[in-house]
Amino acid sequence: MRVPLSWLREYVDLPATETGRDVQAKLVDVGLEVETVETVGAGLTGPLVVGKVLTIEELTEFKKPIRFCTVDVGQTNGTGEPQEIVCGARNFAVGDKVVVALPGAVLPGDFRIAERKTYGKMSRGMICSGDELGMGDDGTGGIIVLPPEHEIGIDATKLLELHDEVLDIAVTPDRGYCLSMRGVARETATAYGLPLRDPALLDVPAPNDYGYPVKIDEPIGCDRFTARTVTGLDPEARSPIWLRRRLQKAGMRPISLAVDVTNYVMLELGQPLHAYDRSRIEGTIGVRRAEPGEKFTTLDGTKRVLDAEDLVITDDRGPIGLAGVMGGAHTEIADVETHPETGEVQGTTDVIIEAAHFDQLSIARTARRHKLSSEASKRFERGVDPEAASAAAQRTVDLLVLLAGGSAEAGVTEVITPSAPRTVRIPADHPDKVAGVAYGRETVVRRLQEVGCDVYGQDDLTVTVPSWRPDLTDPNDLAEEVIRLEGYENLPSTLPKPPAGRGLTDRQRLHRRVGRALAAAGYVEALNYPFIGEPVFDQLGLDADDARRNTVKLVNPLSDEEPALRTTLLPGLLGALRRNDGRGSHDLALFETGLVFRPTGEETKAVRLPVDRRPTDEEIASLNAALPRQPLRAAVVLAGAREQSGWWGKGYPATWADAIEAARSLAAEAGVELTVRADQHAPWHPGRCAALYVTVDGQETLVGHAGELHPRVVKALHLPERTCAMEIETDLLEQASTGALRAPRISTFPVATQDVALIVDGDVPAADVERALRDGAGELLESLRLFDVFTGEQLGEGKKSLAYALRFRATDRTLTVDEASAARDAAIALAGERTGAVLRGA
Amino acid sequence: MSAPNKSYDPVQVDALKPDEIERVRDEALAAFAAAQDLDALAHAKVAHTGGTSPLALANREIGALPPQAKAEAGKRVGMARGVVNKALAARQSELEAERDARVLVEEAVDVTLPYDRVPAGARHPLTTIMERVADVFVAMGYEVAEGPEVEAEWFNFDALNFVPDHPARQMQDTFFVQGTSPDGKATTGDESGVVLRTHTSPVQARALLDREPPVYIVCPGRVYRTDELDATHTPVFHQIELLAVDEGLTMADLKGTLDHMVQALFGPDMKTRLRPNYFPFTEPSAEMDMVCYVCRGASVGDPDRPCRTCGSEGWIELGGCGMVNPRVLTACGVDPEKYSGFAFGFGIERMLMFRHNVEDMRDMVEGDVRFTRPFGMEI
Repeated sequence: MRVPLSWLREYVDLPATETGRDVQAKLVDVGLEVETVETVGAGLTGPLVVGKVLTIEELTEFKKPIRFCTVDVGQTNGTGEPQEIVCGARNFAVGDKVVVALPGAVLPGDFRIAERKTYGKMSRGMICSGDELGMGDDGTGGIIVLPPEHEIGIDATKLLELHDEVLDIAVTPDRGYCLSMRGVARETATAYGLPLRDPALLDVPAPNDYGYPVKIDEPIGCDRFTARTVTGLDPEARSPIWLRRRLQKAGMRPISLAVDVTNYVMLELGQPLHAYDRSRIEGTIGVRRAEPGEKFTTLDGTKRVLDAEDLVITDDRGPIGLAGVMGGAHTEIADVETHPETGEVQGTTDVIIEAAHFDQLSIARTARRHKLSSEASKRFERGVDPEAASAAAQRTVDLLVLLAGGSAEAGVTEVITPSAPRTVRIPADHPDKVAGVAYGRETVVRRLQEVGCDVYGQDDLTVTVPSWRPDLTDPNDLAEEVIRLEGYENLPSTLPKPPAGRGLTDRQRLHRRVGRALAAAGYVEALNYPFIGEPVFDQLGLDADDARRNTVKLVNPLSDEEPALRTTLLPGLLGALRRNDGRGSHDLALFETGLVFRPTGEETKAVRLPVDRRPTDEEIASLNAALPRQPLRAAVVLAGAREQSGWWGKGYPATWADAIEAARSLAAEAGVELTVRADQHAPWHPGRCAALYVTVDGQETLVGHAGELHPRVVKALHLPERTCAMEIETDLLEQASTGALRAPRISTFPVATQDVALIVDGDVPAADVERALRDGAGELLESLRLFDVFTGEQLGEGKKSLAYALRFRATDRTLTVDEASAARDAAIALAGERTGAVLRGA
Repeated sequence: MSAPNKSYDPVQVDALKPDEIERVRDEALAAFAAAQDLDALAHAKVAHTGGTSPLALANREIGALPPQAKAEAGKRVGMARGVVNKALAARQSELEAERDARVLVEEAVDVTLPYDRVPAGARHPLTTIMERVADVFVAMGYEVAEGPEVEAEWFNFDALNFVPDHPARQMQDTFFVQGTSPDGKATTGDESGVVLRTHTSPVQARALLDREPPVYIVCPGRVYRTDELDATHTPVFHQIELLAVDEGLTMADLKGTLDHMVQALFGPDMKTRLRPNYFPFTEPSAEMDMVCYVCRGASVGDPDRPCRTCGSEGWIELGGCGMVNPRVLTACGVDPEKYSGFAFGFGIERMLMFRHNVEDMRDMVEGDVRFTRPFGMEI
């Protein structure tokens, strides 16, 4: 809502010194979001006067037609002589009153007017258009031609109200009444503690039986319909300057007198109005629901198919308006036309004015259904004061009579479905309890009265809310009115005392540790959008029946290329890797933690539960059953060098082993033992892919994969060569976690070290050999470390040598060499039995 | 003086003469002083303090002296040996110090060499700033609560008093999830009753259904709106939400909690301002601002000192807040006659932007390591 300060002053006697900024601050305090204060006519200074065009000489020797004019500007030019002005516009004639900027004037945009020679003539000023004066569109697009009654030589900056300030207010959905000058004026008056001149307080004739016939079939959708008729309008009458200026400043374009007046009254009182050309209406005006599939053309020229829920205004032939949203094309006020032969002026002379009240929800649904938001629908959706309808109709009648020479017919139609005033009961100290401030009953009552409520009662108040505040329905709504008018800025600051907390949950702490562990290992976190497209699954080489292809899909994705939600973190993370690589960072280690979305296919439809009670546990379960599984995962991707080469020596490239190590480190954070096994799983390289397992509730459970990506995937996704990746479900790691670690017992007896090199077949997993050595060595084994892997001719075809350092120690004695050797031999023996390992050199 | 001794040995007696002792002592001292390195000193040590050195030999003779002479000679030799040993030790440490100094100089390195062997990793600043905010409340006793990102409309809207035709429920803001009809075909429209959560507020409803009051929770998380990515918008962003439900909570408690938060995050003299506003799930509702932590309001009306952080407004808009609408409590099974509550929420991206001068939303979204790395492990 754009509110010109000059207009606002009509209803509230603000001190003359108050600026737009001052009013903004006051209104913000009472809860109106005044987003900007615009200075109209900033940088504009006179002399700017009304002149009368005396002569026009057409200059034709130039590329475009130019006029050399003389204009009577009275004594304002100091001489009283006609002012000579060169002008490029053509929409004026000799005798027209125009706005003249004299030399010395400055127009918006620092446009300085001076005497100058142009097109071979001296030009001493400018004949102005609305645009040049910063007035905005006046619908003509050319020179301003003033009505003839304005005197020559008067100051045009005042006449055109060129200087003003406009408050732009973002009206929240609960404050529909502030989509009117009346509502904003009421808030202003309260904020300043000044009286309000309510523009809706008009003398309105009582309804009678000889007004235009109206029949309401749908009293729930339309509980009030006022119809008034004005006849004998001069179709040539134009809106006066003051009216057009106010519309412009409020952001509306002047169109024609009848339309301008209805718009003006809507801005003033908040009541949307519609003016019908009476000659185009047949029979009774009706209000009903549309027939399903009924067709109707709105005045924007769009043909619409109506829904059975749409509320329509009809005459005997059918719909003439989409109630509360937009009128129809064929009953619109006619444009003024001059008959080409007779010269007779044709246009609307008789109008029927509709001021009705429609159901908020019904209008909201219709506007949404037809994607048609209008000034009217915007107001009805938020709630319009039903009691202001007859005043608004009267105001419209008055203005049409005054400005277009019409006469009001005596017939007054009012169809009203009576409703009881709405009351809310609250304890008098309820606002005090909500705010934590002792306002006292007197203040509470006074503030509620300022809002427009009638208040009765002592300790328990019965509050009748005003007709323009449909949002006031609950005790807390009334509390808010009191607290905001007393000032949110005056609320004290106190701290509640929550019960002692338990800190983060295990899952939350693990989530943090995962991030810290990966960052500490050199990974940089990327937070990627979860939107993906199906083609990425082909690029990843997933089988047709791969579970990851089963996605949650969006009805309205931002991009049709990416209509689904991720089932794996890899596409997003690999995208970030590619983006970084493309920007010149080639040695990359990235990670992400986040949810993936895995529909089970068993999802049900989420029903709409009631809100007037707690849903049952079954109802909550049914809602949760409508949701896909959303586990928390972590993933890493690597490319380029893992360790840089430098003065310290050679670095090394990121490999499959780094990816698997990332998984091991996360398992360690969770305090879980990770089992790694070779696997073949897209998108990984079939020979360099590990499946990762942990034990959850005694069951070995697959938690993820790691390794080098398949070369085809690398190519398809345009990734750096040998890109590696790991993805793991951290929620499963958390479930596998077995609680508090048992501290190791530290023996201070000396260690006995034994190295062994074992030869095994090349395809024997080192993990199996290690497991056998550990099992065979028994409890004297303190630690075991693989320190070399060797292949060579001397070992024989397809063999490899694994060299381990074994450390033995007892908790109660120094081990003898024999004891350590016996344990080592037992380890070798078991490794030989399980894996075919042979001691090298034996 | 002493009487003559039968076993008197003139040779030995010579060796114990004071002059002789003095001479060998001085010889030793001179030899130590002349030793230029530890090797030379080691030789001198053997020559002058070893088992066959003059002083050692002299010492051996003492036992042969008569008792009276013994003490005197012993004292003389002992003193000489003491002086010699002390001189040796002194020279030893002197030469060692010289050697150390030389060797360590030879071992000197260029300590300004860079060492970017494994480039540092970092967590995303959105992650760490969310943790930081959450920790302020965890320290006060709040719990961190979480919820699904694909959420039932009832939790995202209905339970929060968004009536069915609220504009926020409409297509331009909310991502709707396709449902599946009984025959397995995808449905269109919002028939599934499932959305990508548009705010972290559904976690409020879940938390109230999960626990008995008093409830004090903070919910950081990722949310979705159908905005195209540009310098100031992103369809996927983060919020942090706070909910307190207890007996007798007031708007003053809300204000105090907000004040505490901005003081914990931005400094001890920070404060907040509440402006009336409208949200379906709170009543009364407010927009919350904090004093600009850069200019502290000094830029207001002073064109010479413009503030880029607050646009010379003096205040920075943080987010929305208010007293939990009793209708929300009712829908979540909490008795509004007995309990009241407050809630607030704000966007993490915005906070990161003004706290760290991030100018373009896209920098937070694209995952460029050059943006994220400097933020390190904590923020």
